[in-house]
Amino acid sequence: MLTDTTTAPVDDKIRCDACPVMCYIKPGAAGACDRYANHNGELVRVDPHIVLERTVSHGGRLVPFQAGGDWDGKIVHEPSVFVTAIGAGTTYPDYKPAPFIVSSKIDGIDMVTVVTEGIFSYCGVKVKIDTDRYLGPETATVRAQGEAVGHVTTSEYGSQMLSLGGVHHLTGGSKKEGRVTCDTLMDLSNCKPVELTIDGGATVVVQAGYPPIVNGVPEERMRVGCGSATIGMFAKQWHGKVDEVVVVDDHITGVLSEHQAGKLLDIPDTGIKMKGRRSTPGRYFQVAEPGTGWGGTKISDPLSVLGPFDPKKARPGMTILMVSTTGEHAAYYELDEALKPVEKEMPADLKHSVERIQENCEPALCTVLFMGGAGGSLRAGVTDNPVRLTRSVKEALTRVTSGGAPVYVWPGGGITFMVDVTRLPAGAFGYVPTPALVAPIEFTLKLSDYAALGGHMDHVRPLASLKDNTETRQTPSLQSSPGRRA
Amino acid sequence: MTRAPQIARLADGRRLHLQDGPIDLILEARGSEANVRTAYGAAVQCFTGLLDELCEELPLLRQAADPARCLLRGTVARRMHDAVAPFASEHFITPMAAVAGSVAEEILGAMLQSAPLERAYVNNGGDIALHLADGEHFTVGLVERPDAPALMRTMVVHADDPSRGVATSGRHGRSFSLGIADAVTVLARTASQADAAATIIANAVDLPGHPAIVRYPAHDLQPDSDLGARLVTRGVGELSADEIEAALESGAACARKLLAAGLIDGAALRLRGEMITVAARAIQMSNAQARLRGGAMESTMHV
Repeated sequence: MLTDTTTAPVDDKIRCDACPVMCYIKPGAAGACDRYANHNGELVRVDPHIVLERTVSHGGRLVPFQAGGDWDGKIVHEPSVFVTAIGAGTTYPDYKPAPFIVSSKIDGIDMVTVVTEGIFSYCGVKVKIDTDRYLGPETATVRAQGEAVGHVTTSEYGSQMLSLGGVHHLTGGSKKEGRVTCDTLMDLSNCKPVELTIDGGATVVVQAGYPPIVNGVPEERMRVGCGSATIGMFAKQWHGKVDEVVVVDDHITGVLSEHQAGKLLDIPDTGIKMKGRRSTPGRYFQVAEPGTGWGGTKISDPLSVLGPFDPKKARPGMTILMVSTTGEHAAYYELDEALKPVEKEMPADLKHSVERIQENCEPALCTVLFMGGAGGSLRAGVTDNPVRLTRSVKEALTRVTSGGAPVYVWPGGGITFMVDVTRLPAGAFGYVPTPALVAPIEFTLKLSDYAALGGHMDHVRPLASLKDNTETRQTPSLQSSPGRRA
Repeated sequence: MTRAPQIARLADGRRLHLQDGPIDLILEARGSEANVRTAYGAAVQCFTGLLDELCEELPLLRQAADPARCLLRGTVARRMHDAVAPFASEHFITPMAAVAGSVAEEILGAMLQSAPLERAYVNNGGDIALHLADGEHFTVGLVERPDAPALMRTMVVHADDPSRGVATSGRHGRSFSLGIADAVTVLARTASQADAAATIIANAVDLPGHPAIVRYPAHDLQPDSDLGARLVTRGVGELSADEIEAALESGAACARKLLAAGLIDGAALRLRGEMITVAARAIQMSNAQARLRGGAMESTMHV
C-alpha cells in the first residue's frame, strides 16, 4: 500500500546557500536540514511543516492549497482558499507547533486555522451496508485477509452495520493483525474497495459510495420495509388485481389475505399455507434460512416457502403474486385443477406494482464514517493548553473540519469526531507503521479566541503569505482513488 | 550572511531549542536555577559558530576515516574521527557517521564545565549525550520511527551505569542507511561512540540481494553524500518472518562483536515490529504498551 514514490532523480541539482553546509539538492529533495528543498530547480523553504519526502513516504499527497478544481471543502469565499491539513506533514509533536497556523480574513474577522495531520491510534470506521441479505450474526468477527479487523454490530433500518478498527485491533493483537487493520481502515477511508469476510456469514466487498457486493452479487436496492410493512403499503394497489400476495422477507414475510391490511379490504381467505413461525396474522418469521436469495433468504424458488393449499378454501384459477421486499424478485402463479401453483406471465398492472416497490427502495450503498479522537499531543500543536482547545470546540467557538469536510464532534470529553469519508478529497488518509492512521484535521476559530486559548501566536501567518510564498505551492497529486465523491 | 542560530525555550519553559542549519538540539538541565541559566548560556555560546567550524573541514569529514591517523583540527571533528576510527579498518565509515552524537557531547561538555548540574541531556535529533550526578537516572523512550512517535519501550540509565550516550540509526532517520533496520538504538559510553556504532549495526541489519529492497546510489539522491555511489536503502517490501529474523540476527551478530570489544553497552535492533536486544547486562527495559505487538525476540549476552 505504501507506494514508494522514490524515483531515480534527474540531474538538476541546485546548491543551497542558507548555511555553511552548502548542500547540493536534487529536485524534489530537501537538504540535510529538512528545511530547504529544490522544487523544480528553485530553492524553496519548507520549514517548519512540510517535508516533501516525509509526506510522500506516508503515501500522502502534497496538496496544501488548491485554488480551484474539484475541491469542495471551501469555507472561505472566493478568491480565498481554505487551507487543508492534507499533506501538512507531522513533526515531533514534542516541540514544533502544528505545521500550518494560518490566519485568513473572513468577513472582517481574523480567522485562525490550525492545520495538522493527526496520527490517530484511537480510530476506526463505522460501515453501514444497505442490504437485508444476511451478512453474519451480531458480534461476529469481521476479517480482512484472514485477520480480525472488527465485528458486526447492531443493525440499523435496512442496513447491516460493521464496526472496524479501533486501538485493540490496531495495536493490541498480532503484528499482522495491526498492519491488515491499518490497511483496511486506510483503504476504506480513501474510498477504495475492501473485501471482508464475516465469521459464520458472508463475504462482502465494501467501498464507500458504492453498492455492497455480497458473496459476489452486487446489491441494488434497500428494501422499502419488511414483508409485512410492504403488504401494508401496497395492499390497496393489489386489491382486486390478484387474490393473494406473499412478500418474501428474511425478517417478516407478509401474506395479504391474512394480514390486517387485507382484512380491512375484505380480501377473502385463500387457503394458503406458509412455512415458518407465525407471529401475528399474516406475519411470519423464519420462512427460510437467511441467505442471498429472495428477500434476504436463501431461497431461489419462492414456492418452497409454501405448503399445500387448503382445498376447503382454495379454488382452481386463484392468482398469487410472490415478490421480495425489494421487488428484485417477483413471480406470478395460478392454481391448477390440483390446486398446484403454476407460473404464468405477470399481468401489466401487477408488474407495475412490483416496479413501484422497486422505485421505493433506495439504491443500496456502503457508507463509511471515519471516527477518531484528537489526543493531547495533537492538540498541543494547536495551543499550549490543550484542554482549552477541547473546551473551545465544545462551546462551538472552534470549528473542526477534516480535510475541509464537516465533522460531527461526539459530546463528552476529548475531541472525538466522525466524518463521511466521501466528503474528503481523494487520498486524504495516510498511515504510519505504528500502526495508526494519519487523517487531516483543522481547527478554525477567531484570531482573538485563538490568542485567548493560548495559541502559538508567533506562528500565525496571514493566508496571503502562504499563497505567494515559495514555502507552499500546489504540487500535483501523486495518485487519486476512484471513490465516488459527494 | 544573516544566518544566526535559532535559540528558544520550549513551551514548557524548561527545555532549550537550538537550531542552526541541519543541527537541531533539544537540551535540558536540572540543578539550581542559577546553574541551569549559566549552563544554558554556555550551551548557546558553544553552539554559536560550531557549524561554521565543522563546515571548514567538511570535505575531509566526508572522506573515509583513516583508522591510524587523524588530520582533523577542530575538537568536534576530532571527536567524530575518534568515534568512527575503531570501525574504519573493517568498514567504510566517515566521521560524518558520528556528527550528531559528537555535537551533542560537545554542547553537554560546555554546559558541565560552566556549572554543576544534577542531570542534563543534549538531544541532537535522537542522538543524546547524558549527564547524571550520583543517584540520578534517566528514562529513555524508544520509538520505532522519528516521524511517527509512538512509545515502544522505555529503558532506564542510572548514574552507576557506564553509559552516557544513546543514539538511534535506521532507514527512517535523516541520514541514509545501507541496511534495512527500522531502528537500532545503542547505549555506549559517549554519544559520539553510540552514534557511530548505531550506524554500523543498522547497516548490518540487511538481506543482501533481496529483491524487495529498493536501493539507490547515495549520490543520486544527495549529490554531496559522504556515501558516494554506495547503495542506500529507499524502500523495503514484504519480508517473511524468517527473513526478518535473519536480517535482525545479522545485525545482532555485529552488535555482539562490538559489545565484546567494549565499544557499546547495549543495543536494541528493530525491524518490522520484531526486536532483538543485545546487552552486557539486562538493560532495564519495560514494555510501554500493555501488550507488545508480535513476539519480541530477545537475547541477552553475558560477557
